[in-house]
Amino acid sequence: MAIDSAGLAAIRLTLELAAVTTTVLLVVGTPIAWWLARTGSRWKGVVGAVVALPLVLPPTVIGFYLLVALGPHGPVGQLTQALGLGLLPFTFAGLVVGSVFYSLPFVVQPLQNAFEAIGERPLEVAATLRAGAIDTFFSVVLPLARPGFVTATILGFAHTVGEFGVVLMIGGNIPEKTRVVSVQIYDHVEALEYAEAHWLSAGMLVFSFVVLLALYGRKKEVVR
Amino acid sequence: MSGAAPFGPGAARTGAIAGDDAAIRARFGLGWPDFRLDVDLALPGRGVIALFGHSGSGKTTLLRCLAGLERAADGYLAVRGELWQDESQHLFVPTHRRPLGYVFQEASLFAHLTVQRNLEFGLKRVPAASRRIPLDQAIALLGIEPLLARTPGRLSGGERQRVAIARALATSPRLLLMDEPLAALDVKRKQEILPYLERLHAELDIPVIYVSHAPEEVARLADHVVLLADGRALAAGPIGEVMARLDLPFAHDEDAFVVIDARVAAHDEAYALTRLEFAGLPLWVPGLGAPLASRVRARVLARDVSLALSERHDSSILNVLPARVVSLDEADPGRTLVCLDVAGTPLLARITRRSAAQLGIVPGRDVYAQVKGVALLR
Repeated sequence: MAIDSAGLAAIRLTLELAAVTTTVLLVVGTPIAWWLARTGSRWKGVVGAVVALPLVLPPTVIGFYLLVALGPHGPVGQLTQALGLGLLPFTFAGLVVGSVFYSLPFVVQPLQNAFEAIGERPLEVAATLRAGAIDTFFSVVLPLARPGFVTATILGFAHTVGEFGVVLMIGGNIPEKTRVVSVQIYDHVEALEYAEAHWLSAGMLVFSFVVLLALYGRKKEVVR
Repeated sequence: MSGAAPFGPGAARTGAIAGDDAAIRARFGLGWPDFRLDVDLALPGRGVIALFGHSGSGKTTLLRCLAGLERAADGYLAVRGELWQDESQHLFVPTHRRPLGYVFQEASLFAHLTVQRNLEFGLKRVPAASRRIPLDQAIALLGIEPLLARTPGRLSGGERQRVAIARALATSPRLLLMDEPLAALDVKRKQEILPYLERLHAELDIPVIYVSHAPEEVARLADHVVLLADGRALAAGPIGEVMARLDLPFAHDEDAFVVIDARVAAHDEAYALTRLEFAGLPLWVPGLGAPLASRVRARVLARDVSLALSERHDSSILNVLPARVVSLDEADPGRTLVCLDVAGTPLLARITRRSAAQLGIVPGRDVYAQVKGVALLR
């Protein structure tokens, strides 16, 4: 077997991180996307820009500031300590926090586009058919935005699997705790273990290709 | 307007009485930088009420205010004994708590649901005790049984609009609002839907407020008309009276007409003619299609009515009605528009100004209206 137990542990950790992160992102990203799609507020541009920042910033910048904020002297770090949660950097929870920030635009933007595409009309129709706001969200908006949710889930998951800089900065390189596949590959290369690096890298390449193929293949579906 | 005017502006506003429990009382004032709606209406709580006007006149905005889709800063709305909005006490019932039906201009079915589940969407949100129109009746009324299993994407525009109407009806609304439901359809589809709308009118006791800019639709469907321009109500009243008012644009249209609601009194099989009766007067129309004793609506174009001072029996014209001249409009140098009172029913005649002068047509004069053509609208 070309992938050793450390490699398998890294794969398992990566999938776990991506799954948890994606779930958190769908819960957090949906209201943000809904607000961005519907608001007339002058803060819309500011919030939209903040959400999009990870698209352009080097991951090390995000990782650095998260490390400062979550660290023992940072505001979030002091809060987590006061709550008895300890410190988040170099833990799995810390990785999730970092990944949520890093992958936020990949979830929020497809959702926002889907919500905007629905427009005002179906919401008004639902209101004239006695559906209140929350009822309408679950019975009309969610089903109509389903393609957007699929895209957001796939992109959020895949992007989290593919991250490197943020996790390295905030998670370090602790086997079975924070050492994800991309970090493991980096380790192999550093140690000149090219065969092992190849196996994991090729696995990532195939995984990413299959995910994107699923995504773009799906886009051709006619939504009636 | 001149002379004693039984159809004058004052008379036209008595279509419904404020405070009447069965009526609709609506006052809205709201503005945008480029448009302001300012209306105060008392409408009857039954029949079809047409909101008529050019695009940009505020018809749709008024309808959205009635539905609660817009909230007028200055607003009051009472519908058949229920208060839906009164900004003086900050009362505003949100749309989803108002027992109304709304049919949008373009088909607005939920794309993710079949026709059946579209129909059930509103129905299942209405408490069982408030359901007065069974789903089966709504389905039958609009003739959509064969479509139930389909998705909206597989329906024609006319079919979609029929489903949308049935969906609104299935909520047993106390008021049905329709925003140009036929505007997006071609002539053929319109002809397909109009009979269903008429059945609705005949079979259900739900007041319908119907936005339209098409005079032929208004003539066929409406009992009451509100004429809107620049966000204001220029006039409101029973259709027969509003269409004949010389101070309103309808009467000045090249195809100006009045409608007469009548009863089918007799058939003349030998000559294939039908005798209608209105206000105790006969009106002959070609054909035998209308069943005896049914209520029908006839349309008489202003250009098809000529005037005589005596009741002639030596002409080919079948319909000669005694009338009194109410008012004249002589704005056009060649033609005079005459508003007549035929036993309480308004009639318009367009004659040459020369004829008007030679015959001495003045308000108050008794004349005979010779009606060359009558068309049955329904």
